[in-house]
Amino acid sequence: MSGDNAEDNVNHASNSKGISLPMTRVKLIMKSSPDVSSINQEALLITTKATELFVQYLALSSFNNGSGKDNKTLLYSDLANTVEGTETFQFLTDILPKKIFARDYLKLIEENPIEEADN
Amino acid sequence: MAEGRCRMLPDGVNVSKEARRAISQAASVFVLYATSCANNFAMKAKRKTLNATDVMSAMEEMEFERFLQPLRESLEAYKKGQKGKKEASEQKRKDAKEKKNDVEENDKSREEEEEEEERMEEDQEAENEVEEEEVEN
Repeated sequence: MSGDNAEDNVNHASNSKGISLPMTRVKLIMKSSPDVSSINQEALLITTKATELFVQYLALSSFNNGSGKDNKTLLYSDLANTVEGTETFQFLTDILPKKIFARDYLKLIEENPIEEADN
Repeated sequence: MAEGRCRMLPDGVNVSKEARRAISQAASVFVLYATSCANNFAMKAKRKTLNATDVMSAMEEMEFERFLQPLRESLEAYKKGQKGKKEASEQKRKDAKEKKNDVEENDKSREEEEEEEERMEEDQEAENEVEEEEVEN
């Protein structure tokens, strides 16, 4: 099945082209996107590399932005703050929301009844 | 390939477990977003297969222009590697044909491990063809 060869191919390319993220996983995610019929090998490579660059960019921005100057640890809150404050990361607001104490949230709802927000 | 372009976290920095997981999720979302965006470009061009230019356009659209240059470099490196492999495999096939005098099999399997060792530099015209893969679910 060409699937096996494809698998070898992507793994081989992944190792020898300075990419650490697994292309097979990236391919899986890409295929799950609706309306996508097929993906050429180069596109897969670039997307994987781009994702790697993105991860580095997000981590570094968050680290520089946050409490990292004193601390030596990158925390979730650093990420959430960076996402909120940077326009390019806006698409992540739903999955990297800022945390809020339950009691504060409950208080918030009391004062302002929830409206169904249409995105 | 690094050229001193170090975009990693400094040495000795930890990443909390929660942050780690969040970054992982963010990466998945990024792939989806990029794919969807790239696919729009492909559809606009009436193509069914997503190619490298679509992804590049998507990066621009998503305002990640900073990625374009390193991505181009990665692509170049990959294409060079592919070209070498193709030339080597074509040469191999030639040799095999002469040796055996058999009808050449129309086999698409790539024997990459062997080719790595036997990479020869021939002056062959290998078109810089993009190899499209039809992967079915």
